[in-house]
Amino acid sequence: MDLLRFATAGSVDDGKSTLIGRLLYDSKSIFEDQLLAMEESSRRRGDAVVNLALLTDGLRAEREQGITIDVAYRYFATPRRKFIIADTPGHIQYTRNMVTGASTADLAIILIDARKGVIEQTKRHAFVSNLLRIRHLVLAVNKMDLVDYSEQVFQDIVGSFYEFASRLDNVADITPIPVSALNGDNIVEKSDKMPWFKGASLLYHLETVYTGGTANHVDARFPVQWIIRPLSQEHHDFRGYAGRVAGGVFKPGDAVTVMPSGFSTRIKKIHLPGGKELDEAFPPQSVVMTLEDEIDISRGDMLVKANNPPEASQDVEAMVCWFSQKPMQIRGKYIVRHTTKETKAIVQELRYQVDIETLHKKENCAALEMNDIGRISLRTASPLFYDSYRRNRLTGSFILVDPGTHETVAAGMIV
Amino acid sequence: MPIYSLDHLDQIEAEAIFILRETAAQFQNPALLFSGGKDSIVMAHLAAKAFWPAKIPFPLLHVDTGHNFSETLDYRDAFVAKLGARLVVGSVQASIDTGRVKEEKGPFASRNSLQTVTLLDTIEEQKFDACLGGGRRDEEKARAKERFFSHRDEFGQWNPKNQRPELWNLFNGKYHPGEHFRVFPLSNFTEMDVWMYIQREDIELPSLYFAHEREVFFRGGSYLAVSACVPMLETEKAEKKVVRFRTIGDITCTGAIESTASNLDEVIAEVAAARQTERGTRADDKRSETAMEDRKREGYF
Repeated sequence: MDLLRFATAGSVDDGKSTLIGRLLYDSKSIFEDQLLAMEESSRRRGDAVVNLALLTDGLRAEREQGITIDVAYRYFATPRRKFIIADTPGHIQYTRNMVTGASTADLAIILIDARKGVIEQTKRHAFVSNLLRIRHLVLAVNKMDLVDYSEQVFQDIVGSFYEFASRLDNVADITPIPVSALNGDNIVEKSDKMPWFKGASLLYHLETVYTGGTANHVDARFPVQWIIRPLSQEHHDFRGYAGRVAGGVFKPGDAVTVMPSGFSTRIKKIHLPGGKELDEAFPPQSVVMTLEDEIDISRGDMLVKANNPPEASQDVEAMVCWFSQKPMQIRGKYIVRHTTKETKAIVQELRYQVDIETLHKKENCAALEMNDIGRISLRTASPLFYDSYRRNRLTGSFILVDPGTHETVAAGMIV
Repeated sequence: MPIYSLDHLDQIEAEAIFILRETAAQFQNPALLFSGGKDSIVMAHLAAKAFWPAKIPFPLLHVDTGHNFSETLDYRDAFVAKLGARLVVGSVQASIDTGRVKEEKGPFASRNSLQTVTLLDTIEEQKFDACLGGGRRDEEKARAKERFFSHRDEFGQWNPKNQRPELWNLFNGKYHPGEHFRVFPLSNFTEMDVWMYIQREDIELPSLYFAHEREVFFRGGSYLAVSACVPMLETEKAEKKVVRFRTIGDITCTGAIESTASNLDEVIAEVAAARQTERGTRADDKRSETAMEDRKREGYF
């Protein structure tokens, strides 16, 4: 079966939890004991209705404050597809959590309250989705019941979103759907309250939208993760390079070059985990490769096709989202983790910061604070082998780690 | 043009394999937590595949409450032998004997929470810096927020409010001396995925997962096995039922369900139609609304 990973961003006020609750409930992914526990706890809290947010907001602090703080992952399936939802908070002070949830999603649902229309939060969510290169957006205009299911209201909102969306250069398609999560209109079934809407219900769209995934199948990239040397009688000379294909397609017999050493050889065999031989390997498969020649290869090296190498440089330009309470230091030293490689890095310059309320560039900024997004130039201790994030999410992304606290302090997308 | 797409089971398998290899690469001394339950069996099966044709480069760690189903121990020993893996056992009984923990009293006593002390002691003793667990995000609401690489402080505690963000394929396993990680390769598996994967890979399971006749009694909404470790109340009555277990933990807190599903196909059909979560039969989760989060904060699996 097919798998679709999508992200939702929003707060309880937007009806996000109700929307997710509705998808889970109507696809029979909420169990009786969960429902009972939810009813019980809603009653104890004195909520007027069963609070579906209690299903997704699982942490004590979230339940106490009635907000989503951290990314939660939810699962449901229909006969057509399996779904993984990255359920992320909508408030500006949790932008970093939204970035996290969006990093592995193929589609994002942007929730709009029909009474409020396109607001700054909508733009921020769309901006983050675009920045993380989510190619497919669903504009779920919610609470249509509170605007009398008006076509005009819906069209106005869609119009003003499109006006703004022309700047979203990574987005391939936008699908607007008028819904009422509370009443279930256009969530699973088409609603008879909005006969003017000719599109499909949200679930039907999620089940059938063609995303083609986000993987790059053109530029062959294999970051070496682990060397397998059994040293057993049976496999005495076996030396396998284990890893996950990050781009392109590899076949036995292909001529490959090892970065950074530059040695060339051919692929002898490609095995799936457990040993089954493959005719070709592509993202996101985890495989083991053996090579014709014995050459020095270690974790962090990359196998590529000789005629199509990645960029190799110690200087990279990147958009970063800052995660730490400790602001980014210009000239600050960090550990950069990129594919399976780790090296040291210095932030050379902060080129500009994006005001995530207005999406304007602010130049001459001194630092990036937590949840800020900006463009930096980075100097690394040894070269990174990369593609632009736009070309390949896996070879174009990195994280920065604070060498003192060991915390992950930033996510980066190479320009 | 060939279509380069993977089935969902292949995708979550590739992800779990990546995590297992990443754990071997980023840590000095990892261990795989093995309970004899289906999730840890699947995880060990994946580990064997991940490092083929070499052996699994880390030991399996069983935290033994001493209150096991005998089927679990028989299965464990045969399985470990088949994989050619190394087994380390942390014993709750030994923790009780040496006075590290005090056993709960009364008919509702469970060694479930005592396991945490034994686990943390074993981690310290063996200097494990990462423990692979079979936890899944669909299991429980606190687990839905869990990372693949989940940091534990020097007291073994989880701080859910300050977790490291995880993006793309990039996992940060850096720690200070005394701290360790819990790693969950099956995070994105659902209960159904686990069963479908067991079927696809033809993985043998302990007989407890299939319908069998057993002496049980009814308590807290499910059937508990009659055993010397679980004293029955006067009002409780032993009866013979055809049951099976949806999860397997300690005998004192793992409830059975009435079922006639005696093979994988029937179990999968039953799981698909189930209206209760699998942890609905786990008494350890019912102690409070945030029982799992509270135990995890302390250092539980």
